[in-house]
Amino acid sequence: MLRFTLAKIARAGLTILLVMTFAFIVLRMSGDPAQVLLGPDAPQDAVDAFRERWGLNDPLWQQYLAYLQQILNFDFGISMRDQSPAIDLVLERVPATLAITVPALILKVCIGIPAGVYAALHRDSIADRGVIMMSIFGFTIPSFVLALVLVLVFAVTLDWLPSGGQDTWRHAILPIATLSIGGIGILARFSRSAMIEVLGQPYIRTAMAKGLPWREVVWKHALPNAAIPIITLVGFMVGALIAGAVVVESIFSWPGVGRLIVVSVSNRDLAVVQCLLLVIAASMVLANLCVDFAYGLLDPRLRQKRTQ
Amino acid sequence: MSFVSIRDLKVAFDGVRVLHGIDLDIGRGEAVGLVGESGCGKSVTWLAALGLLPGKARVTGSVRIEGRELIDARPGELESVRGARIAMIFQDPSSSLNPVHRVGRQITESLRLHRGLRGSAARAEAIRLLDMVGIPSAATRIDLYPHEFSGGQCQRVMIAMALAGRPDLLIADEPTTALDATIQAQILDLLSSIRRDTGMAMVFISHDLGAVSAVCDRASVMYAGRIVETDNVARLFGAPKHPYTRGLFDAIPDLNAGRARLVPVEGTVPDPRNLPQGCAFAPRCARATRFCTAYAPDLKLQAMGGKVACFHPDQSSEPMRETQVVVA
Repeated sequence: MLRFTLAKIARAGLTILLVMTFAFIVLRMSGDPAQVLLGPDAPQDAVDAFRERWGLNDPLWQQYLAYLQQILNFDFGISMRDQSPAIDLVLERVPATLAITVPALILKVCIGIPAGVYAALHRDSIADRGVIMMSIFGFTIPSFVLALVLVLVFAVTLDWLPSGGQDTWRHAILPIATLSIGGIGILARFSRSAMIEVLGQPYIRTAMAKGLPWREVVWKHALPNAAIPIITLVGFMVGALIAGAVVVESIFSWPGVGRLIVVSVSNRDLAVVQCLLLVIAASMVLANLCVDFAYGLLDPRLRQKRTQ
Repeated sequence: MSFVSIRDLKVAFDGVRVLHGIDLDIGRGEAVGLVGESGCGKSVTWLAALGLLPGKARVTGSVRIEGRELIDARPGELESVRGARIAMIFQDPSSSLNPVHRVGRQITESLRLHRGLRGSAARAEAIRLLDMVGIPSAATRIDLYPHEFSGGQCQRVMIAMALAGRPDLLIADEPTTALDATIQAQILDLLSSIRRDTGMAMVFISHDLGAVSAVCDRASVMYAGRIVETDNVARLFGAPKHPYTRGLFDAIPDLNAGRARLVPVEGTVPDPRNLPQGCAFAPRCARATRFCTAYAPDLKLQAMGGKVACFHPDQSSEPMRETQVVVA
């Protein structure tokens, strides 16, 4: 188990390193921050001074090594735009993003999974068809379309909710709804098929032949097995808590991480974008690690393979 | 009165009938074989009797256990029969056990349901059962998961689980089909010895004639959703009367016959959606006449004993040949 854990953590570290390296190279090759930040009319000596100040004239490998050394000292660089530490800019946006993504995740799990399981248990019934239709509706509509429709209906036409901003809890309702509807659809559909797959397994027939009441067959024999694939999908959703709301935050002017990504990328604010990608990669990798350990808890076959 | 009596049991899936009126009686302590090719309805008969078929199956007819009707019975009533009166073991033992629960827990679950045993009492009884079905060092292996057992041992665990409810009847649905030949013999041996010790009745569903002759008193041969011949094992195996039964024996390799060719049953099992008119076996039958393709024969009592559903049964009294079946 210890070897398994260490190997997983090493792989997670390697993934983050790859993301960092890739981001570093692509960002530096895709545009000149001096041009973008100072504007096209800036005098040449100002541009040169800016490049000198941020070390942009050094060879790429030298910049990269310097960057790695910084990271190892937990120094994530300074924003080229407002001179404050990049990590502070990123972290101060995280709570706002989590304020809409966490409730959305809770809704996805609490509505999507039960709806899918219920549909599977009542296969081919009207309720089942309803769940399938709603879930297709949920995950085929792009979030920007859904967001605009919700704004049109609840903000413009009915005037029940604000269309953007972050002043009160009522401002969070439409972003949360937009974020959760697609995920509810995906989870419902996935839980339904996972559950149908499990209900067709011979051990379910065994449990029934044993004389167990149907409720116990479902709770004790079907759900623990169906949970294994469902956990994978929930893990992806947990990984997307920080970076999964770029479009929705932009539409609802929600001052979270997603908006910061858009602004910093268009400004070529290298340190901030790199720091953002680092935080996002770390959160996804961490979610995947949690899923791996959850598998071990749920599936004895995997647990034993690991101890060997 | 027989312990279980099935009358005119019919099953249809999505409007396609796969079981065409089965009559079958199982007496207390009796061992009855149910023989036939895959898809002939052997398993469906008992899954239907216990209400274990998926919801789309239409089941009609009557299955009575000591006079109590099971078809369309309330779920609670069925649950009190399953496991406690009639237990069932299945063809693929490894996937018939739940992979995420320890085998001990799966056995004690039955003990709790049917005998009210809990905690250490249930655990002790589960160990005793595992020991009885021949799991070595049962006291430690009770905490293992199904994937840590071989196929044969999984079937032993299934048998222990079935015995936990002290059933009067065990339905063994192809219990040895997925196992190696040597393991098959061990499981058959175990089933016979358990029956001797407990006096439990058994229905042995198989396409392996040798296995049926080893463990059963009586057997019924099924073809395309009907019983075509039923008799005690000695007569059925000695002098089969239905051409299909005879065909099954002719298709068994004979160890004494050197390299003689096997005699296969020509043709294939008819599609249940498209059954021939008259006797379902007629298109494959050497004895079939025009009458056979127009009318379906009923299962009729024969002068020499046994029942046969054939207009032209084989009346020769001498055995066709010494059947070389591997007897466990």
